[in-house]
Amino acid sequence: MSDTATTGVSQSFQLKSASVSLTALELYYFDDTEFEANLREKISQAPGFFKDIPLVISLDKYEGPDRELDFFKIIGTCRRYNIHVIGVRAATDDQRRLARSAELPVLPGGSLRETKSEAPAQQPEAAPEPSPTLAQPAPAKVITQPVRSGQQITAPEGDLVILAPVQAGAEVLAAGDIHIYGPLRGRALAGIHGTEGARIFCQSLEAELVSIAGHYKISEDLQDNGWKGAVHIQLKDDLLVVKPLDKA
Amino acid sequence: MARIIVVTSGKGGVGKTTTSASISTGLAKHGQKTVVIDFDVGLRNLDLIMNCERRVVYDFVNVIQGEATLNQALIKDKRVDGLYILPASQTREKEALTKEGVEKVINELSGTFDYIVCDSPAGIEHGALMALYHADEAIVVTNPEVSSVRDSDRILGILQSKSKRAENGLEPAKEHLLLTRYNPERVDKGEMLSVQDVEEILAIPLLGVIPESQVVLNASNQGLPVILEEDSDAGQAYEDAVARLLGEEREHRFLTAQRKGFFSRMFKGA
Repeated sequence: MSDTATTGVSQSFQLKSASVSLTALELYYFDDTEFEANLREKISQAPGFFKDIPLVISLDKYEGPDRELDFFKIIGTCRRYNIHVIGVRAATDDQRRLARSAELPVLPGGSLRETKSEAPAQQPEAAPEPSPTLAQPAPAKVITQPVRSGQQITAPEGDLVILAPVQAGAEVLAAGDIHIYGPLRGRALAGIHGTEGARIFCQSLEAELVSIAGHYKISEDLQDNGWKGAVHIQLKDDLLVVKPLDKA
Repeated sequence: MARIIVVTSGKGGVGKTTTSASISTGLAKHGQKTVVIDFDVGLRNLDLIMNCERRVVYDFVNVIQGEATLNQALIKDKRVDGLYILPASQTREKEALTKEGVEKVINELSGTFDYIVCDSPAGIEHGALMALYHADEAIVVTNPEVSSVRDSDRILGILQSKSKRAENGLEPAKEHLLLTRYNPERVDKGEMLSVQDVEEILAIPLLGVIPESQVVLNASNQGLPVILEEDSDAGQAYEDAVARLLGEEREHRFLTAQRKGFFSRMFKGA
């Protein structure tokens, strides 16, 4: 009895989150013949690259009138060149409606103009993750000189390690973690591409501002906890948490 | 080859020109052939403090533009042997100091002098950049207060990134902190940053501490580099700084408040 019941319910699939790197076509305006001419030219530069690629139409920078957007024509033209339009990142409600009527999925992240008031904390999702097969940890950037007022040091890919003070009026930024083996008197922004797991470590917290993945605290709000102490700072439930290093 | 020293600060009014005058005079007194160049085109003051303003015929910009030779523009100091002044132009703009022009003048001076002292204008614009560009050493003049310290930090950053040494990937310029207008009594009252505070924030070696003194103002008004006021504390502090610059080790003086006598405290308190 139970046999018949269970065999029918065996798992035929599993849902998992996945991130895929896609090509986006940023459309500035749409004119049928110009669009095809531009496309042909692009493809002639690298014919192999464009064959059978999935493509997302991004409308963040679209400046023409919405009524000129003809998704059917776009899809048709692309298909003639073996390019598959799989979705639209729309910026306005009208564009979304047009996309849906052409049976194109509307992808998140293309809504800069309209949803500015919405929680900006969701922005990290907008950036498509680089394909996991290419994941090669970027080496940490190491700075041995003091970072002086007015200077800005950026580690656009990996961690940033500073073996000197970061002075008031200086700014240090990293895609990953920031380690400062000296006082932090300026600004430190970790996880600038939206990595919420990024952390900031410093020998003495005297910062003007600290930020992780866009969540920030200014000097005034840092005074009560760990001020002038060795601390590490991380993001927990969208809140910056400062903890003394010896209790980490 | 001359050693090129820039006297700089970022902030104005902290004592750059006073320091340039005294350091260059001190170096010459120690037997080093020294020229001091005023980079503050349009707001020249060095000639006043060196008391040679009535002897200016040609200036730095004239030399750069080929209107005069260096020998015509250099003014020999009357008090100290081996000291020369290259005054700034009062009527031009800072942009008259072209990179190539300044380089040519510095190279020419470099052959005949032991030290070239560059008196930088305030700010972080063209004039200040030109003054620090060739520096082998930098004397960063700082007052013991927060905004001056912040500006000094800024100019140190610029020195690290925009000087000739930085551009050519050479060993960075040697940095010296010179704390001026230091008043130990006000430090004790918490109205001023202490030497330790400033040293800790800027993280560069201390060249000297010049006490706040009426003598400095009087000397400037008379056109006398304060280092020549040999009996004054400020003059002696500059003399110590010059000796340290030349490699001598000297203990820092004038860092603590004068102990008030028993009676003066008794009567003042009442």
